[in-house]
Amino acid sequence: MIDPFGPIIAPFVEFGFMRRALAGCLALSVSAPPVGVFLTLRRMSLMSDAMSHAILPGAAAGFLVAGLSLPAMTLGGLVAGLVVALLAGAVTRATVVREDANLAAFYLISLAGGVLLVSLRGSQIDLMHFLFGSVLALDDAALILLGGISTLTLVALAAIYRPLVMECVDPLFLRTVSRSGGPVHLAFLALVVVNLVGGFQALGTLLAVGLMLLPAVAARFWTRDLGGLIPISMLIAAIASVTGLSLSYHLDLPSGPAIVLAAGALYLVSMLAGPRGGLLRRLIRARHLEA
Amino acid sequence: MSIRPATQNAFRLVGLTLGYDRHPAVHHLDGAVRTGDLLALVGPNGAGKSTLLKGMAGEIPCLEGHIDRSGDLAYMPQADEIDRSFPLSVMDLAGMGLWRKSGSWRSLWRWRPEIGAALDAVGLGGFEARPISTLSGGQFRRALFARLILQDCPVVLLDEPFTGIDNRTVEDLLALIRLWHGQGRTVIAALHDLTQVREHFPTTLLLAREPVAWGPTARVLTAENLARARNLSEAWDEDAAICVGPRQAVGHDHGSHGPDSHHHEDAA
Repeated sequence: MIDPFGPIIAPFVEFGFMRRALAGCLALSVSAPPVGVFLTLRRMSLMSDAMSHAILPGAAAGFLVAGLSLPAMTLGGLVAGLVVALLAGAVTRATVVREDANLAAFYLISLAGGVLLVSLRGSQIDLMHFLFGSVLALDDAALILLGGISTLTLVALAAIYRPLVMECVDPLFLRTVSRSGGPVHLAFLALVVVNLVGGFQALGTLLAVGLMLLPAVAARFWTRDLGGLIPISMLIAAIASVTGLSLSYHLDLPSGPAIVLAAGALYLVSMLAGPRGGLLRRLIRARHLEA
Repeated sequence: MSIRPATQNAFRLVGLTLGYDRHPAVHHLDGAVRTGDLLALVGPNGAGKSTLLKGMAGEIPCLEGHIDRSGDLAYMPQADEIDRSFPLSVMDLAGMGLWRKSGSWRSLWRWRPEIGAALDAVGLGGFEARPISTLSGGQFRRALFARLILQDCPVVLLDEPFTGIDNRTVEDLLALIRLWHGQGRTVIAALHDLTQVREHFPTTLLLAREPVAWGPTARVLTAENLARARNLSEAWDEDAAICVGPRQAVGHDHGSHGPDSHHHEDAA
């Protein structure tokens, strides 16, 4: 009997490092996509891209101080990301320039500084590690970090869910009934940074955004409902993780890009076949209703 | 902003100047809005109606003077910042009005009958599950009024609530406003339709940056007052001098002299 899932599962059954990679990616698959859902709904998709660059100099500083040490680089990335997010937010409130423009300015400064720092000491291989991560070499500490980030994200999102939705839909209304708007916005930015730092560990800075945004965008082609977007985006991310890792094993591809390309493929499929505004649905026009 | 319990006045405005970038949009306004008043704000574009409502809602700081207000208020801005493409149901939008009761944790299911009743009251019964992106302009405005009902505040501020809305919807919403008035709530609405104001609003504040007249609607909306309101400048003078103080005392007929007749010091 031929088992169609056999080749997909085989590498995970066979190798411990593949199971570790899978566990890390699945942890990220349940935490990053919901954050991405809110980012896309707020039309801040590109903000996560900017933030992923902003964490680079912090991680690089950690690398300069302590070498390839997980705590140092994570801490550095967190600090750099939060500083850029807070500075951009504060400058926006104090001046007339809009938040996206400020964020662009700060992340460009930050990115250039980061590349400079890495090149001061690192070799080409180090830079590749920064940009594309090391999902096949996750140690215990990294797994605990990813699990912790995942737990923290889900608990925090549950706690701020309603005010966050209100802040997205009608920030002015939230301001008139509550003072929680500012803190909720900052907590959300912190979640973005934390998840990018987690993704940076597994997939590298450039691709961390992929697992955050691609499932979230793809999910919009399957449901119109916020309550549906979040689980569907998690599911898409999980499928992308499994197939991406499996493909990278069989075809001997770098795992980070393979996972993001798998997510990208799922996005393209959703865009074509999704029931909510997918392209095929537009081509085959259903007859309109009476009322 | 101080909140004083059980006063006769919903708002007391003391030497109030509101504006943007040091340029006043509401200039030296004194007076009080009595609790339970149904007040119309009338004036030409740029007269400061929206600015005054924003100031009352605490959205913008006072340039000078202060506003005393008592109790919670509900505020419906003219240009809302609502993202209508957000995947949210009508029930969830209206349910936001329950924030003070529900907080961020409690389920809205407990208030399902109340939400249903509020939607019925604005003629949106059965729309609970509809996404807000599918509502028409008038239906959306009705949903916002349902949210106001659920907010259940003693003071309601409405900034041009009927712009771009058909007659039937306006009639329904005006009935709702009169109901609020009957319940003893204070309602302040910025409006352009003078017939509407004469018919439904017992008191009116005619504003043209300076207060032109404030009192019973019939005595405020005279041809003479309206002409004076039109003539007051709405220009934004980049080189305006620094204003040194309010003109005369409270209750003074502000409109009787031209905008430059009080003492100004040159900015230089």
